[in-house]
Amino acid sequence: MNILVLIKQVPDTEATIKPGAEQKSIAEAGVKFVINPYDEYALEEALRLKEAQGGGKIKVVTVGPERAKQALRSAAELGVDEVLLLKTDTASLDGLAIAQVLSESVAKESFDLILMGKEAIDDGNMQVGPMLAELLDIPCLNVITKLTLSGRQVTAEREGDSGVEVLETSLPAVVTCQKGLNEPRYPSIRGKMAAMKMVIAEQTVTVSGDRAVVTGLQVPSARSGGKIVGEGAAAVPELIKLLHDEAKVI
Amino acid sequence: MSTILAVTEIKDKNIRKAGLEVVAQARQVADATGGQVSALVISGPEVDVNPAQLGAYGADEVLVASDAKLTAYHSDYYKQVVLAALQKTAASVVLFPATSLGKDLAPRVAAAAKAVLVSDCTALSWKEDGLAADKPLYAGKVVAQLKLQGDVQMASLRPGVFNAQLLRAGQNAAVANLDLPAFSSKVTLKEIRKKDSCKMDVSDADIIVTGGRGMRSAEGFALLEELAGLLNGAVGATRAVVDVGWRPHDEQVGQTGKVVSPSLYFMCGASGSIQHWAGMSGSKCIVAINKDANAPILQRADYSIVGDVFEVLPVLTEEVRKLRG
Ligand SMILES: Cc1cc2nc3c(=O)[nH]c(=O)nc-3n(C[C@H](O)[C@H](O)[C@H](O)COP(=O)(O)OP(=O)(O)OC[C@H]3O[C@@H](n4cnc5c(N)ncnc54)[C@H](O)[C@@H]3O)c2cc1C
Ligand SMILES: Nc1ncnc2c1ncn2[C@@H]1O[C@H](COP(=O)(O)O)[C@@H](O)[C@H]1O
Repeated sequence: MNILVLIKQVPDTEATIKPGAEQKSIAEAGVKFVINPYDEYALEEALRLKEAQGGGKIKVVTVGPERAKQALRSAAELGVDEVLLLKTDTASLDGLAIAQVLSESVAKESFDLILMGKEAIDDGNMQVGPMLAELLDIPCLNVITKLTLSGRQVTAEREGDSGVEVLETSLPAVVTCQKGLNEPRYPSIRGKMAAMKMVIAEQTVTVSGDRAVVTGLQVPSARSGGKIVGEGAAAVPELIKLLHDEAKVI
Repeated sequence: MSTILAVTEIKDKNIRKAGLEVVAQARQVADATGGQVSALVISGPEVDVNPAQLGAYGADEVLVASDAKLTAYHSDYYKQVVLAALQKTAASVVLFPATSLGKDLAPRVAAAAKAVLVSDCTALSWKEDGLAADKPLYAGKVVAQLKLQGDVQMASLRPGVFNAQLLRAGQNAAVANLDLPAFSSKVTLKEIRKKDSCKMDVSDADIIVTGGRGMRSAEGFALLEELAGLLNGAVGATRAVVDVGWRPHDEQVGQTGKVVSPSLYFMCGASGSIQHWAGMSGSKCIVAINKDANAPILQRADYSIVGDVFEVLPVLTEEVRKLRG
């Protein structure tokens, strides 16, 4: 089975984020970049499927700048077969622009399964998975917490608003991964050694950035918070009074 | 005259508040473009909705797509309905609620229509020739201002941020049945394992009572359920308590959970981590109860009580009970 895993390099959730000089993108100095946490579930699922089937190929692709090679290197340490950087310096918030680049580059090869995260934690878009599936005209099982393959048949579970939905389709398909799907592994020493020798293939691409243009970037005003009402149960009547009379929320 | 298409969502046979917010915001945009608002209601045959009443929120026209195939959400069927409505109205703007349904549906519709989509906006207006939107990035650490371009532009709106205003109280909208598209899909919805249906979802709640590791056990959350019940609110959870299995994942608020903006948010025995804050910092009023005077949440909450949740909560619940009479 041929599996494509799409990953994005994003700032670590703990990173301090500040707008850069032009207020159009963030200042990257000192920011630690990692693989988008949801994409780690996609990588893990790919590795498990390959292990269960005792064969197949895993290719990992990212669209991003030069620094995104580090994310590919981290993926390589887990034991994937091929990694590719689709290189661009345009960081577009337009998910369709990313999906278009991906569909053009992957449409040439045939994959049985495309695994990705449900959401990139930097833009929080939740767009690229379903959009890519739409462009490739294959089904997208979105925000999945359980995946079972039997031959070309795929069964998946997602947590919908009214309960757990069980969905069924057949390959090829796009599956976007949600927390709960699996527990991502850490790389082994052997994996790290092997990754050092792996060639990171590279291809320059053009991402259109003009459908959604960033005109400004601001730090939201800090809450003027911090009123300690009191200590222990004795403070409750005062709190109730404040919520009722001052904040008018109860 | 251009049309703004407002996609609503049915939950428990009624239009979800997030859907009303979309209609009211579509009205604001239409007033700026001189266009009209078509609201779309997609549902199974059994609902308690009078579509004409969406006129009060600003809809000029309501398109109803009702079919047994649409009772449960199905990505492809719903997509086909929105595309049919888009074709019928020739809308230049399509707005969705950024609920879990809207977040799944919007990108599929946008890709099929080759339209730009901005997800999870917190402000939206019309400037010259396109939508201008505010969109939180990096879990809300910064907010980007975006300007969209294209013949058709789409946006999903973060629930609870926009007002579901009765802009035209008492006014009815014209109601028309949408000609249903031919439904087709490669995906079958085999079953839905229903969860407790009386439980309110955190995304719909106006008051949320969240507990963290300080609640000590799954049983400890009974205190929060009682308070939430009295306030007609929902129970929320931090990831720490979801990870240990005290609460289900659908209650998790935060960067990797749900993003909520209620009027009142209680944090009980939760530290206020940056990832949790990312999901609830838009709450109008935040109350923290924490026994550690140095917990980060106490610096940021509007009102805090330093104390043990097991002492404070029972008293708080009693006082609320008195107030609610
Ligand atoms: C990639 C990533 C994503 C994440 N996403 C999320 C997310 O979406 N949502 C989320 O919530 N977290 C998320 N986290 C986890 C987050 O970092 C914190 O670990 C978590 O929010 C802490 O939960 P907590 O406040 O319940 O626990 P703790 O941080 O352990 O806090 C417990 C608090 O309870 C107080 N306390 C203890 N006993 C009592 C008592 N008897 N009375 C009063 N107070 C008491 C303590 O003083 C303490 O402040 C994420 C982490 C990572 C790395
Ligand atoms: N630049 C990118 N390169 C590769 N994959 C991406 C990129 N952006 C997003 N993705 C994939 O699409 C998922 C959803 O991203 P988004 O729509 O941006 O929230 C991510 O979890 C990734 O798997």
